[in-house]
Amino acid sequence: MPERAEGGGRAVSSAGSSVEGRSSTEVREEAKSVEFTYRGIFQKTLAANLCKHVVMAARKRDWLGSTIQRYSDSPERNGVPAKQFAVIAPDEVRLQAHMAKYEPNELDVITALDDTLCDGVESWAYYGRQPINLRLRRGGTLLVISHRSAEELLRVIPRKDWEWTLAILPGTPSMGGLWVYRDDGTDMRVLGAIARVRPDIIELDEVRSVVESDDQLGEKHLGALQDGYESVQIHRIAPGQGKEDDYEPVRLPGWRELREGIIVEAVKPGERNPHYKTSSDRTMRPVVNFDTCIKCRQCWIDCPDECFEVTEEGLHPINYEYCTGCGICSQVCPVEDCIVMVNDLEFIDEGDRDVYEMWKQDPEAYHRWREEKIARGRIEHHGYYNTDTWAWAGGRQAESPVE
Amino acid sequence: MTIEKPVGRQTEKLTTGTQAVAQAVKLADVDVTAAYPIRPYDGVMQAVAKLIADGELDCEFIVAEGEHSQFEICKHASAVGSRVFVGSSGVGWMYAMESLCVTPSLRLPVVAMIGNRALDDPGAFGVEHNDAMAVRDLGWLLFWVEDAQECFDATLMAYRVGEDPRVSLPVGLGVDGAFITHSQTLIKIPDQETVNEFLPPYDLGDRLLHPDNPISIAPQANEDWVMEIRKQTDAAARRVKDVIREAHADFRRLFGRGGDNPFFEEYMTEDAEYVLFGMGSLGLPAKVMVRRLRERGEKVGFVRLKWFRPFPAEELAESLGRFRAVGVIDRDYSYGSPQQGGVLFTDLRAALYDAERRPRIVNFIGGLGGRELTPEMMDEMADLTKRAGRGEDVPAVSWIGVRE
Repeated sequence: MPERAEGGGRAVSSAGSSVEGRSSTEVREEAKSVEFTYRGIFQKTLAANLCKHVVMAARKRDWLGSTIQRYSDSPERNGVPAKQFAVIAPDEVRLQAHMAKYEPNELDVITALDDTLCDGVESWAYYGRQPINLRLRRGGTLLVISHRSAEELLRVIPRKDWEWTLAILPGTPSMGGLWVYRDDGTDMRVLGAIARVRPDIIELDEVRSVVESDDQLGEKHLGALQDGYESVQIHRIAPGQGKEDDYEPVRLPGWRELREGIIVEAVKPGERNPHYKTSSDRTMRPVVNFDTCIKCRQCWIDCPDECFEVTEEGLHPINYEYCTGCGICSQVCPVEDCIVMVNDLEFIDEGDRDVYEMWKQDPEAYHRWREEKIARGRIEHHGYYNTDTWAWAGGRQAESPVE
Repeated sequence: MTIEKPVGRQTEKLTTGTQAVAQAVKLADVDVTAAYPIRPYDGVMQAVAKLIADGELDCEFIVAEGEHSQFEICKHASAVGSRVFVGSSGVGWMYAMESLCVTPSLRLPVVAMIGNRALDDPGAFGVEHNDAMAVRDLGWLLFWVEDAQECFDATLMAYRVGEDPRVSLPVGLGVDGAFITHSQTLIKIPDQETVNEFLPPYDLGDRLLHPDNPISIAPQANEDWVMEIRKQTDAAARRVKDVIREAHADFRRLFGRGGDNPFFEEYMTEDAEYVLFGMGSLGLPAKVMVRRLRERGEKVGFVRLKWFRPFPAEELAESLGRFRAVGVIDRDYSYGSPQQGGVLFTDLRAALYDAERRPRIVNFIGGLGGRELTPEMMDEMADLTKRAGRGEDVPAVSWIGVRE
């Protein structure tokens, strides 16, 4: 059982303060890397702001820094997992070792700006679904914005064979700062949380000083910063705690093995590509009431990812491995509450498994299961992200996602 | 890069390479830009658009329907006396090829940022230098930058050199996709007054297309005219190096950056027996590798070429003759070329053919399609170069980091 840290301002010492015989000063003087894993489009401004502020805070103690946007399509694709990194170093020589790269080899802190990212990310093709904590440095910190408990999150986060820290900042995924969505203070709360858990990376006073020297920012930002600092929950995770790590890196072929002329085998009609599953794009999933379905096929026609199967009786089970959770099916379905979108983390036990068989065998049990999921995690299309602006300042959390 | 003693005030800003180019575009007070999106160039288009929207830059922003029009618009705007900025990447740049080849003949100093990107197929976004190199024989000047600071600096240099009446040729800035365009670092930005001292206003003189100055540009002509037209462009291209030297001296004096040599940067070469040689962002891992090998007592250095056109052949022959071997890293390739190697390698061999002292020259093909070039790969290249210098039998061209 992870212990919950006491509230208040006590800083937690650096997780890597004495690593493999090196002094704490040596470790402190090493370059530090922080990752922000986020949902494409929705959170790219948020991730960019966070990276910038990590560098500017480090600048306050005369360090240098760089931010790296993981180069792929993902930042410009709705909901697709994407990453941005901040690397800080005491001098240019140490910073250069981390430049001209796509991502740092090891991360001191990995931040998941949406807790549905915890069960793995496939942010660009051909790498498979990677664990959220794949490149976490030994003893590092995974920071998650979530209203869920550490126990729940550890059911989807892979284990490590060393101790690490899980920090949970209570909150819902934010689109703060993105076009029509007002800044909601999430960036400041996350910076406050990092300052609390990892003062060896940024200190609260350094971030405060950045805020105070920026005439675009004011008291409410300082309030959100303090709130993040105070409300983050810190859990020490023991070796072996968490989900089994079943990630297998994808084997890429050599040049002699490739077919000439950039040709790859295609799937036959009716088949799906086993190498390109898209379920890590998903923050919510459709659940179907097979008894009220009128077999109009609208979902099957309109699904952009061809997730819907067709059974002999004309019903449409969903292959969740390919469902990105776009919600189009629930919008085109003419029957009220026949297809309902539910938060994806309500399905830790089911994973991507087909639930149609459950309904076939015991419709009553299926309906109880379905009603419970809907009661716990129903989402009105994408309203999920639109949390109330500045609900956080003054150290108070919003009670639940605002619809 | 170290600040020596700049004139005026410099402010620090965290920017990507493309945002750094945009900051220079702002201080150069560019009049017209035309845009058409393609990654990784598109970051600069967005950054310039934002500067205009925020009222920081007064510039005509024209959204073209494709790269061909984009470059045509800027070429014409340049002819009527506007300072222009344009750019593209990979196959977008190639789509503009007809416009690219006419611009040097018209002697219009268009400045373009080429966000270097592998040519299709298979549609990779990552860096390869073959896109920009496709214009190497056409009269474009080409500069390759190493980082965001050099993005800013080289943009100002491009206007100063390209618009010089002795030159009047277009300039392309090679900016490695992802590593420079999509990562932010802290850069120093000088004040407007100092930039104005470095960069005089754009003045085409009596070549300005204007109703008060009735001229016709580029009437059709055949074999009885073309040799003379080409010879004229060649004469301008031959004058560029002196203009670069002058501009570089002023740049160092005013901004306190740029190093000793206007054409290439030498890193830890003083007592080196052998060096690696390359362009662009690979300078960063190369320097990391050189420092590590130096700690192990290896006499290795690195030379980074900045100006690829004009190719500083005499200067390189003089400098590289000091070493026993040079390992050229090409982030490009030339199929069927004389040694079946990279473009930079082939050019460098030609440049050193008549040199009094010729080092062994070997070639490494790596980082294609944006694959990372790591210090470990550089280590392998350094070892092969060293062995070549000692007379061992090393392949003339080696592919580094390719899966067999």
